[in-house]
Amino acid sequence: MMSAFLEQIAVGLHIPDGFLSVPVSIAWWVLTIASVAIAVRRTSGALHERQIPLMGVMAAFIFAAQMLNFPVLGGTSGHLLGGALAALLLGPWAGILVMTVVLALQALLFQDGGLLAMGANIFNMGVATALVGYGMGMPLLRVFGGRPWGLALVGFVVAWASVMAAAVLTSIQLVLSGVPAAIVFPLMLFVHTFIGIGEGLITLAALSFVITTRPDIVSSLAAVVGPEGLQRRVGGGTIGTVTLVGMAFAIGAALISPFASGDPDGLERVAEDQGFLERAQDAPFNILPDYTIPGIDGGLSTILAGVIGLLIVFALIYGISQMLRARAEAAER
Amino acid sequence: MTLSTDALDRFVDRSSPIHALDARVKFLLTIGFVLALAFMPFGEWAAMAIMAALLWGIVAWSQVGLLTIIKRAFVALPFALVAVSLLFSRPGEPLFSLALGPLTLTATTAGLVAFISVVLKSWLSVQAALTLVATTHFIDLIQALRALRLPAVLVALLAFAYRYLFVLIEEAQRMLRARAVRSAVLPGQRSGGGIGWRAAVVGQMVGTLFLRSYERSERIYVAMLSRGYTGEFRTIVRRSLTAGEEGILAIGLALLASITFLAVMF
Repeated sequence: MMSAFLEQIAVGLHIPDGFLSVPVSIAWWVLTIASVAIAVRRTSGALHERQIPLMGVMAAFIFAAQMLNFPVLGGTSGHLLGGALAALLLGPWAGILVMTVVLALQALLFQDGGLLAMGANIFNMGVATALVGYGMGMPLLRVFGGRPWGLALVGFVVAWASVMAAAVLTSIQLVLSGVPAAIVFPLMLFVHTFIGIGEGLITLAALSFVITTRPDIVSSLAAVVGPEGLQRRVGGGTIGTVTLVGMAFAIGAALISPFASGDPDGLERVAEDQGFLERAQDAPFNILPDYTIPGIDGGLSTILAGVIGLLIVFALIYGISQMLRARAEAAER
Repeated sequence: MTLSTDALDRFVDRSSPIHALDARVKFLLTIGFVLALAFMPFGEWAAMAIMAALLWGIVAWSQVGLLTIIKRAFVALPFALVAVSLLFSRPGEPLFSLALGPLTLTATTAGLVAFISVVLKSWLSVQAALTLVATTHFIDLIQALRALRLPAVLVALLAFAYRYLFVLIEEAQRMLRARAVRSAVLPGQRSGGGIGWRAAVVGQMVGTLFLRSYERSERIYVAMLSRGYTGEFRTIVRRSLTAGEEGILAIGLALLASITFLAVMF
């Protein structure tokens, strides 16, 4: 019972209605509508009429693939979220659309995630995972794709990062809606550090399988990985190694995270120092007592911190990959 | 897998005034209900009770069975674990304290009110959504979204995904069964390889499912072409809402708005 409980809270990430405040729900609906509109425009240009049956079936595929699970520890099981995988296999915009449809179906048909919260859920698990998966994955593959272990490493890291991005976004939304940051951030990040490992392992094995079996379908991906990277399918051995490295990495991150956001929580401290918390608690106007503007002010710093953090990670990865590529090109000459 | 694939389909064909109501009206009223709950301040028990009574009245009228809906609504309960933290988030009269290392958490009555409110809101919202799905054909719901200006591409994708969802779920279940059949375990012995090996197996199953889905989509596309598909989806032109349906929608939304308004003001 408890493990099923943890599993749902952990893998689910689907926020039900009732948890997000109205302004937060609406803000993320706006972001989601904008992202999906861009994705629709970008995909309808290419392969228009073909694309609809393909993406529709792909959405059903992601949905079904989420049912394929494997036992991990103590009755919990690992399975896929799929955003990074979809983006790497189908491209970022098709990936976003496919995940949007998956999440909309889950909310409409199975009440997995709320209706009002759907904007946030689509953004966290569809848009962000696809963008992280593709945005990080392609530059990294251009650098490491040629190595025999390149695909495995990149697939793992990118899928892990996509789950973490979704967890961070979910936490931000919950905090903006009044759930205490000191509890939500460590809890969410800690649990998803491990959930992300499962996502990473399945993603890398699936990518490797598809690329070695049908490189023609995923031509842009296969081109980046190159012939040397395609020589062998990633098997249990490689994945075992990646698991060990990933576990060490994840446990390290999990050990650090309480210090990063423990007591007294950094952001709350900032809010307190600025007097936001006090203002948030006894707002001068009582029309929307729990969604006061001061609360958003305090939370704005949370968003900013999250965005800045993500930007730094992106910049680092991009910079390193550019540097490595330049070096590789120089070596070729 | 916590998600149930049994999608309340068996209730959809019953007949009741709620079933007969236009999907657009039902969808908008459901959104209105969830929105009204979201606006509700914490601790407005009377207003919450009215909302619950309203919803349960409709459920009872719809022949779906109140107990079914209420039981199904517990799917969102695990997320309540997150709401537990609300106990400790409000200043007020302390109830009890928890010491977690350097951190001392104090639960307050105000926190308890916030916790119960959030869980109730969530529970009632899920029930509203369940009622909508249990009384509406999903295709009608998708068409309603189209009528409410959702882009045609997304409507087509939703319809496609819904059409093939159960096909691919069965494909996935066959693969899981095939794996189970090949994974005999002696009592008391460890089965299979380590986590890495298990993950590799699942990853290859996902990859296989991807390829099968991809090839299926190609077959579907060719079949569509052979039936005259030109990239455009044609649907029967929707009638506009009748005056009666508009009346029901207006009265419903006004009722929800006034309950929320009264709860917020008093």
